Amino acid sequence: MSIRVSELSFHYGPRPALESVSFQLAAGRFNALLGPNGAGKSTLFALLTRLYALQRGEIEINGHSLRRHPARLMRQLGVVFQQSSLDLDLSVAQNLRYHASLHGLAGAALQRRIEQELARMDLLERLDDKVRNLNGGHRRRLEIARALLHQPSVLLLDEPTVGLDPQTRRSLNRHVRQLCGERQLTVLWATHLIEEIEPEDPVLLLHRGRLRADAPGAAICAANQVNSLAEAFDKLTGPEEAGQREQVA
Amino acid sequence: MNSYWFGFRGILGREFLRFISQRSRFLSALVRPLLWLLVFAAGFRAALGIAIIAPYETYITYEVYIAPGLCCMILLFNGMQSSLGMVYDREMGSMRVLLMSPLPRPFLLICKLLAIALISLAQVYAFLAIARPVGVEPPPLGYLTVLPALVLVALMLGALGLLISSRIRQLENFAGVMNFVIFPMFFLSSALYPLWKMREASEWLYWLCLANPFSHAVELVRFALYQQLNLPALAITAGCTLAFSLLAVAGFSPQRAARAR
Repeated sequence: MSIRVSELSFHYGPRPALESVSFQLAAGRFNALLGPNGAGKSTLFALLTRLYALQRGEIEINGHSLRRHPARLMRQLGVVFQQSSLDLDLSVAQNLRYHASLHGLAGAALQRRIEQELARMDLLERLDDKVRNLNGGHRRRLEIARALLHQPSVLLLDEPTVGLDPQTRRSLNRHVRQLCGERQLTVLWATHLIEEIEPEDPVLLLHRGRLRADAPGAAICAANQVNSLAEAFDKLTGPEEAGQREQVA
Repeated sequence: MNSYWFGFRGILGREFLRFISQRSRFLSALVRPLLWLLVFAAGFRAALGIAIIAPYETYITYEVYIAPGLCCMILLFNGMQSSLGMVYDREMGSMRVLLMSPLPRPFLLICKLLAIALISLAQVYAFLAIARPVGVEPPPLGYLTVLPALVLVALMLGALGLLISSRIRQLENFAGVMNFVIFPMFFLSSALYPLWKMREASEWLYWLCLANPFSHAVELVRFALYQQLNLPALAITAGCTLAFSLLAVAGFSPQRAARAR
């Protein structure tokens, strides 16, 4: 159960945002999408989530083409956007029920699922609280619970830790990794924070719309003859390397 | 089929919950037409004489004349404000949750417009209830017969708002929409004065008012409130609703979203 992206290119008018990007996510793993600001990460997310239409290339999730079977594909996808999309004036339960209704879920089974997801995120006791009264970390957890409510096989998170303190960031990262293990969930975690990535994580490194690396973190370090992913990141995205960047591994 | 029903129920439920959690917005939306009714109409009552015109069977006060226009004014403000919010939300927030649904986008957008329309009706009926002691006393059954007309008009204005704000980026703030859409639509219509009166003042202004779909929306509501069907007004309002909805949904496509960036 995975995402395959083939020869994906996208332009805003004459300005290229993505150029011939191809990759396949490792199924049931925590995949990191690493790139500096403006690398094309959010554009890639907008294409994966159908907020933008494909211009060139193909996206498949679990063998379903985004062009031909958008509905089937959206059922397989849970998304946490960079900017919060929760309704602050509604309660935790109301936000979750709204999302569930849009995915055709209702009734007693839904209530059980809501309780399960909130319990997993340690938010069950906040069920009737207004989202406005939750702190940033809890809101993010709620967004993850919401994204998992319709039991997708792929979870996309676009810089989910932006604006959170380091401790909350680590805890959220741990939670998502646990989910991968428990549910065989395929995760794509976009970030520009290298400390959120572990050496064995499959990493996609995006820079100026091009894929610079597609390999586990440790393999990228080895291929670039550096000791840390941070150094590899600098090497692959630094201005002095601009002319020599090639896809590694 | 169930998932369509759950989807519609969810969208309507959310709008309703937002509506009851934002009571101040409800009250402020009522203040505007009430000021027109209680202050403006009282002041102009002496200046403007209204002859007997359909659907009224006798001489009427100015308050009675402008009441249907003010009902439509509520729908106009709500429709534009909500649609503008939808466009803003597309990039920023909760609209993304809606667009991530596996249900077809045209269905989701129409549901959203319908939900906004149904919530606006509560404001219109609150306004009509307050207007009754002031002398706006349509027949009791009129409150029922006006309901489908109000829903249609609310849909038309919501779709128009969505169409305008998704295509004209410069109108992304509400002040722009007020100056270039709401005020011209409202003043160049039969909401405040009958069109024959406008014709006495200026022939071209009269034709401009006649070309304004809002005039026909107001007349549809005016006749329905007095248990009469204004067929030309219904045809024009329904036609405009359909056209605006189709164009608005097309304007919300992923292709346009990317091009607009």
